[in-house]
Amino acid sequence: MSSTILWTILVLFALGVVLAVMLYLLASKFKVEEDPRIDEVEKVMPGANCGGCGFAGCRAFAQSCVEAGNLDNNFCPVGGNDTMKQVAAVLGLEVKEKAPQVAVVRCNGTCENRPRTSTYDGIASCRVQSMLYTGETGCRYGCLGCGDCVNACSFGALSMDPSTGLPVVDESKCTACGACTKACPKAVIELRNKGPKGMRVYVSCVNKDKGAVARKACAAACIGCGLCVKTCTKGAITMENNLAYIDYEKCKLCRECEAVCSTGAIAGVNFPKALDKDAIKARIKERQAKAAEAAKAAAEAAKAAAAEKPETKEA
Amino acid sequence: MKKLTFRIGGIHPADSKISASCQIETLPLPEKMYVSMAQHLGAPATPIVAVGDKVKAGQVIAEPSGFISAYVHSPASGTVTAIAPRADIAGNMMTHVEITVEGDEWMEGIDLSNTLVTEIPSDKAFILDRIKMNGVVGLGGATFPTHVKLAPPPGKKAECVILNGAECEPYLTSDTRIMIERSSEIVVGAAIISVALDGCPVVIGIEENKPEAIQAMTQAVETLRKTVPACACIKVETLKKKYPQGGEKQLIDAVMRRQVKSGALPIDAGAVVQNVATALAVYEAVQKNKPLVTNVLTVTGECQKEQHNYLFRIGMPLSFVAQQAGGVPEQAAKIISGGPMMGKAIANLEAATVKGSSSLLYLTEEQTKRPAATACIRCGRCVDACPMGLEPNLLFKLAKAGEMEQLEANSVHDCIECGCCLYGCPAGVPLLDLIRPAKGDVIRIIRSRK
Repeated sequence: MSSTILWTILVLFALGVVLAVMLYLLASKFKVEEDPRIDEVEKVMPGANCGGCGFAGCRAFAQSCVEAGNLDNNFCPVGGNDTMKQVAAVLGLEVKEKAPQVAVVRCNGTCENRPRTSTYDGIASCRVQSMLYTGETGCRYGCLGCGDCVNACSFGALSMDPSTGLPVVDESKCTACGACTKACPKAVIELRNKGPKGMRVYVSCVNKDKGAVARKACAAACIGCGLCVKTCTKGAITMENNLAYIDYEKCKLCRECEAVCSTGAIAGVNFPKALDKDAIKARIKERQAKAAEAAKAAAEAAKAAAAEKPETKEA
Repeated sequence: MKKLTFRIGGIHPADSKISASCQIETLPLPEKMYVSMAQHLGAPATPIVAVGDKVKAGQVIAEPSGFISAYVHSPASGTVTAIAPRADIAGNMMTHVEITVEGDEWMEGIDLSNTLVTEIPSDKAFILDRIKMNGVVGLGGATFPTHVKLAPPPGKKAECVILNGAECEPYLTSDTRIMIERSSEIVVGAAIISVALDGCPVVIGIEENKPEAIQAMTQAVETLRKTVPACACIKVETLKKKYPQGGEKQLIDAVMRRQVKSGALPIDAGAVVQNVATALAVYEAVQKNKPLVTNVLTVTGECQKEQHNYLFRIGMPLSFVAQQAGGVPEQAAKIISGGPMMGKAIANLEAATVKGSSSLLYLTEEQTKRPAATACIRCGRCVDACPMGLEPNLLFKLAKAGEMEQLEANSVHDCIECGCCLYGCPAGVPLLDLIRPAKGDVIRIIRSRK
């Protein structure tokens, strides 16, 4: 009896040794040569495998960084500048610092602002709804409210607000991976620079219809009046297809556009003080009056110069 | 008499043809008409008129902008007052030509009389040209340009023309009415289609729930056979009442006992399928030189007081049609264009009628209520019902998981979106809701490979 047990152990042990040697030999013969730096880079990655960088996962991103030999086109939005610095250190490369970004929902079509004109009773998916028709409200550009973005977020940063029917971004959790921007069939969500202390100003509307049509569909729509473009002294606002857009690189957060916007389509967030519309409007008025005066003076000066000229000619 | 039907799947919804006995009435002209540039499958037409131009009814106002595209004609005489984007029934913007109606003057050379012209031109090219120039498109639902369908690619030959008079969608009766009231014209139209396809035999398939239409069509064929030689190859067949009997592939199976391969066209199986309404449009285009600016539409529903079948002109706002029929009933919770199975819900009643408009169907809250979805119990009812032999429950699961390879392997691209799977599901699973977008994705992937 005991010899049977002994033999069993011996045979299995011998088999194990033989197979291990075979595996070792085969593994060394068919070894795939891989840059060891890929593993090192992968170690410093966040490991979310969210695909926000445009690659299939963190390893694919690491491989691309190593193979490219520079970090110009690669950026991990989740890890941000810290991770990229670490990656650069591993590879001995340089990396440009990028301003941290955040997902911004550019629609303020709440239940009060945007009256429902029909009811959608299909499956709760923005994509399916957008294939069938333009949505439950008169606005054919805005948020459909089925939460495809919420489902797309791997970080739990998005949630639907039942009172407004719009998604809300939790800035502390958002990594700006961009999954929600791809999931939204209406392209309502945009990645924008987070701004100093999270302060930023943006146009919270994507409606490209003419003013009257947009206004009828939603009380908070951008009507393309162009007042913000005229007011902005930094040239940060452009108007295209009846819709204003604020360039976050140029915006200096003066909030003048927000104060003059008649429909409240421009939103400023995370500012320590509430918007004092009257003070800002007074400031703009003063500046404009000064500018008008200056222009008048310049015109008069030009006139005087023109009047003087013939005299000099005569002389 | 033997009744034909397709072999796989199918369902038997109540046919609800409550407007079947209502004669076709002609609608008066509204003050303004809005003619869409996208009334057909393929590229939208390009307007060739300018604001301020005077147009007559039947005048070309837009030209095709591609191979698969069609001419669009003015439905009425008047002045072009705008060429601007306007929302269609789904709310999507499309260029419309707005015509302010003044009188009702038609272009010269259009025969508006009711006399039956039975002399069929023998020149194929002449027939196809007339069909193309008069903007005829398939009126069975897909609005595919007819002249393209009647010119099979080289090497392929039509062996049988199937005229679709099944009208398997519940509620719709426009085809039924034209088969009863304009049977001779349809038969001559069928003969013209036959001549265009080198004398190919024609089978007119009509579902058994339309005995009057079957009788009228059989009689018309019998009478015309004696005088018009081209009508000798036309035959009327009775089809079983089963949805989706009027599906192109189902009709080919029912009539010819042939199946169209996955990804292939009906012409690959030697078949050309045309709707009876298209045959009527072909008759008017070739024999009367009348462009496709009119069609028949059913205004129906249990909550609608008076049922109507209207001869409308393209470009009439749907709200105008509804108003002529006594206004939108109070109990109507959903208005559908097309039938209840495959039709589209109308989100914008101000949208204009198009060549392919077939109904205004009012459904009550109770009729449209969707059951709360519970878990699939794998009973297999959807598999039994699918006329394409697919497994909708599996496709639904794969679509939910986004498994594109598996979806393709399970032929999601063969789905005809008939809704049979949804109809009988005891768990109320919204099968088609997810299968439809998945089908689109897979077709896009297949195309990108070519």
